[in-house]
This record gives sequence, C-alpha cells and structure tokens, in this order.
Amino acid sequence: MNRQRFLPRERFQSLIDQLKAAGYDVVGPQVRDHAIVFDALTKVEQLPIGITDEQAPGRYRLEKSESRRCFDWATGAQAIKPMTFVARETLWQSERLPGGGISFHDTLTETRPVAIIGVRACDLAALSIHDHHFMRGAHPDPQYSQRRQSLFLIAVHCMRSAATCFCTATGDGPQARSGYDLVLSELDTGFILEAHTGRGLDIVLQMETEAVTAEQTEQADAGILRAARQQHRTLPAGPLQEKLVSAVEHPHWQTLNDRCLSCGNCTAVCPTCFCQTHVDEISLDGQQASHVRQWESCFNPDHSHIHGIVIRSERSHRYRQWLTHKFGTWEEQFGRSGCVGCGRCITWCPVGIDVTGELAVLCKRNEP
Amino acid sequence: MNNALSKPRVAVHKFSSCDGCQLAFLNLGERLLVLAETVDILHFAEAGPIDEDAMVDIAFIEGSVSTSRDAERLKRIRENSRYVITIGACATSGGIQALRNMHDSGEWLAGIYAQPGYLDLLPESSPIARIIKVDLELWGCPVNGEQVLAVTRALLVGHMPHVDQNAVCMECKRQNVVCVMVTQGKPCMGPVTQTGCGAICPKMQRDCYACFGPAIQANVSALGAHFAASGMSAREIAQRLLFINNQAEPFLNSGMQWQSQAAPDSTTSPGIKR
Ligand code: SF4
Ligand code: SF4
Ligand code: SF4
Ligand code: SF4
Repeated sequence: MNRQRFLPRERFQSLIDQLKAAGYDVVGPQVRDHAIVFDALTKVEQLPIGITDEQAPGRYRLEKSESRRCFDWATGAQAIKPMTFVARETLWQSERLPGGGISFHDTLTETRPVAIIGVRACDLAALSIHDHHFMRGAHPDPQYSQRRQSLFLIAVHCMRSAATCFCTATGDGPQARSGYDLVLSELDTGFILEAHTGRGLDIVLQMETEAVTAEQTEQADAGILRAARQQHRTLPAGPLQEKLVSAVEHPHWQTLNDRCLSCGNCTAVCPTCFCQTHVDEISLDGQQASHVRQWESCFNPDHSHIHGIVIRSERSHRYRQWLTHKFGTWEEQFGRSGCVGCGRCITWCPVGIDVTGELAVLCKRNEP
Repeated sequence: MNNALSKPRVAVHKFSSCDGCQLAFLNLGERLLVLAETVDILHFAEAGPIDEDAMVDIAFIEGSVSTSRDAERLKRIRENSRYVITIGACATSGGIQALRNMHDSGEWLAGIYAQPGYLDLLPESSPIARIIKVDLELWGCPVNGEQVLAVTRALLVGHMPHVDQNAVCMECKRQNVVCVMVTQGKPCMGPVTQTGCGAICPKMQRDCYACFGPAIQANVSALGAHFAASGMSAREIAQRLLFINNQAEPFLNSGMQWQSQAAPDSTTSPGIKR
C-alpha cells in the first residue's frame, strides 16, 4: 500500500493527539531562552511557528518570519542526545548492612514510551552511532537501552539549512533516510506523512488524511534539494584517519592552543560524543553511596589523568584528540566518521572555532 | 580521623569577609543538623559555639587576611588543625577587598576615615594559602554548601575529596542551559571559571562573572581577545577579570595587561564602575 498521506496544516494537532492516545508522552521542538529546545508538547501552538535560525561560528539567533511553518529552522541547541544518553544519572547504589557487609542494587526505573516529533537526518545518524556504541557488543548499557527502546521517532526532512550545516559533506542529510517510525515533509499547506514501521503506519491510519498529489511530492523534493544547495561548508576528501594521524606534528595545532578555551562545549553539543565520568556520592551518615555518571569531555584535563599524570596536558593536545578521534580514528572504531555534519560544534563554540576550517588546514598536503 | 571514642572535630573560622559563606553553611538547614550529629562543631561563631583555639580535625576558613592580628591567629589555627580547608573567594583568593592590593589604599582610607591611624591594616588582603599551608580550597562567592558537605563527607569516610575544576560550560550543558554568550552575546566568564555553583547565573539567563575562580584549563587571554573582538573595551575586559577573584593568578595577570591598555582614567578603579 502507499505509505504516504497528506495531513493539512489545520489538522496537525491530530498527530499529537493520536500519539497521546497511543500511550506516548510527546516531545517536540519549542523556543526557550532564545533557542530551539526539545520539551513536552501538547499543543501545536507550542511549536516554533514562523521561527527561523541564523547560525554562524559562535552565534545563534532566532528570527520571526511570516511563514506558518513549524520546522523552518535547521538545528536546535541539542540533538536528542540528552534524552537517550542523559547528562547525569545514578547507575547503582550501595549501602552498609547492619551486620557488616555491603549490598548493591541497580536504580533502573520504568520509563514511559516517548514520541519525539522533529528529529533531523543528522540526529538520526548520530543516534545510530550511539546505538552501536551503547547497545551492541557484550555489555549493552541498560539505562541507554531502556530509554532508547521506549522511543517512537517522527523525523522531518530539512527544507532549510543553517550556514553551519554540512550534512551533505558527511552524507547524512538533509533527507532522513532510516531509523524512524514516521517522517514529515513540511509544505506551506501541510505535511506529507510517510510511515516506515508498522506502528508508524498504525498512527497514520488513525488520522484523517488525504492522498498525496504529484505536485506536493515535487514541492517536498524541491525543498530538500534547496536545503542541500544552501550548504557551503565542506570536508577534505576522506577517509581522514590516515591524513589526521600523519598530521600529528602539524604546527597548526599550536594555534589552537592559543584560540581554544578548552571549555568542552563542542563535545557537549556534539550528538555523537559519548564520554562520561563516574563519581560516588556518599550520604551524610556514610551509610549509603550512589554511583553517578555524568557527561565528560576530552577537553577536561581530568579526562586523560592516568596514574598521576595528565597525558594530554596542553590545550592543543586536547583539541587534537577531539578532532583526530571525531574525524579520523572513529573510522577504525565504528566504520565511519564520528561527524554527522550538524554544525553544532561550530555554532556553540563560544569563540567560534570551525572544525571544517581547521580540517582544511590540517589535511592540506604539500604545504607551500 | 575517626577513632572509636570521639567524633571528628570541626571548626569554622572567620577572617575578613561578609559572613556569606558561613551563611551558606547555615542554609543547609536539616542537613547541617545531620552533620552536627556525626561531628562535634567546636567553633562556629555565626551558629553559636565559640572556642577559637580548639584542636580539630577539620578547620574551615572564611575570609582573607587583612590585619597583623589575623596573621597570628591563622598560624595558631594551622597548628591546631589536621586539615585546613578554605571556603569562598575571600579565603581562597583574597576576595573583593583585595582590589586594594593594586592601589594606594592609604589614600582611600584617608578619604573615608577621620583617623585612619586606629586601623591595624596590612598593605594587602591575602588569601589564606599565602600565609599557611592549605589542604583544600573551595571557591565561590559564596561557596556552594552542597560542595562543602560533599567534601566533608569524603574526608569523614577517609578518602581525598574530588573538586571538579573544569569550566562552568560543562555544567550548563549537563543541565540543558542555553548558552547566553552564543545566543545573546553576553560576555560570559563561564568558559574560564571553575564549575561548582551548578551554573546558577546562566540558568537565570545572565552571564557568569567568575565568582568560583579560574577553571583548571582557563585560557583567559583567548576569552579576553574574543571579548575585545566583540566590541568590549580594554577597561571593561579588565573590570571583568579584576573582580571578585582579582588575585587569582590567571585573572590577575591577564587583567593587569588589559588594564595597562585601557585609556587612563584616574577616577575609576578596576572592578568599580562609576
Ligand atoms: S563534530 Fe560538530 S558538526 Fe560533526 S556531528 Fe559533532 S557537533 Fe555536529
Ligand atoms: S573548540 Fe570551542 S567549544 Fe570546543 S573546547 Fe575549544 S573553545 Fe570550547
Ligand atoms: S552560558 Fe557561559 S558558562 Fe554557559 S556554556 Fe555559555 S559561555 Fe559557558
Ligand atoms: S555562574 Fe559564575 S558568577 Fe554565577 S554563581 Fe556560578 S561561578 Fe558565580
């Protein structure tokens, strides 16, 4: 059967209602504190209607337009990472037993099914890397797996790129290709819905939709093409692992020692970064302890503190670690680059350091 | 430090300060009462008990050293205490009152007091570690009571407390706080400031003013250069750096450089805008 249906704009609320009726907590993009963030969604009016984003290195601004579109912006402050790999959580607790000895117990609690509306192609590509990292292999992460399995994903094809986007260079967007239940193409008059899973189709079938016209399909395709053509940032020809590893002594790293704040913002907003640190929090009476994990960054000196020595003691070493891993040795580890081209590390770097610019210098052979 | 017969002994001492850090202790409310059951608090003027010369396991010190009497008292505290922990900006870096270190404070005194001769004042306001050995420094104006508790707990169970010295930015991101510098162009000091407060100011949509002192990896000159490129004057950048933690080295060094580039103006001082 044809899995594409058209949902007129006036009826967009029915998607939220239908998801709720199917038992999901619905989450969607909205404006908070001058940026687009994901939060609980009950009404269409909460969406960023007529809002576009203007992004540049170290700069993010929202603007109001006449459009009635809800997804006419490129990327928000975070991908969906904070909902799957949460920034701080207790993994297990322990307590002293009255007769001596210690008991341990895990802290997994039930999670509610969550439907996220507005997931982008780059977010999905990053999610698939995280799935590989956290869920495959001998020791799947229980916390991540549980939250991940409770997600119902409604993607949206990008029809507009920010100046910082470069997903065409990584091959991850602007069209969402896999890893979702439903995908939306937003047109002025409404949305083309396309189901990619059985449960996605169940939701669509519950709604009052129309057949998709050839003209609507054309408009959607043109929108995606427009988004792709708006991108101007590129990456050096890959694979980059060998190029970056052989640039390990490049003098350009030193300029990053001077410019980089080592603040870790780039890693925190990167949807594929997964580094973490673990701390034990002891109760005041010393009877209980909670084992907590939280986001960590290779820009923090502690991150390479091993046997009393900070291995990457210079900022330039830490910047080199970030760039060489993300764009280079990631290939060996995961079979692809660690970058999905979302551009967040460029926008949210307080001093606007641009990975694409740094890579261009570092990967250029035969320096003049 | 735990021996079977007695509870660990704790003192909270005050030097030149506003008492805000002691209040941060008191504001812990019920948890302070739980703490009081596991330790003996022998000296804590703001809360009641007074025994300045008590022998203790942990001495917390608020405030900077401003008078010669202070310096003597501090040396006695060191002799009487197993661990000395400074709490807050004054004790750790000299505090806002150390702004006078960079000026002829005698002139200021003469302008305010009829008979400044009665004041027993050292030429500089000094952080505690300049006078005695300090085992652990906790920053903030005021300190974060939770951090003080966590450190105390760690010492009580016998392991070295871990104090996170990375940037406030990490905490912004962990708490899903939207960056005020990137979205609003505010001159946030978070990238060079030690975390510990829980990113209180950015959470309220204002820029951090570095009350927790320099982060371990602080690249103060790069942030200053960025502020300058965004249109701040050398004087404004100097004021940003020479503020609550003006004696903390990375802020002091960079701040003095910006100060020397600022247009001369005899009526203003760094950190004091008129
Ligand atoms: S490296 Fe930068 S552009 Fe690439 S995925 Fe991470 S944040 Fe996005
Ligand atoms: S590249 Fe930018 S965001 Fe990343 S650590 Fe350096 S200054 Fe911070
Ligand atoms: S608001 Fe300030 S502290 Fe927070 S991420 Fe931005 S620059 Fe860093
Ligand atoms: S954000 Fe900065 S100024 Fe505000 S409380 Fe924290 S460290 Fe202090």
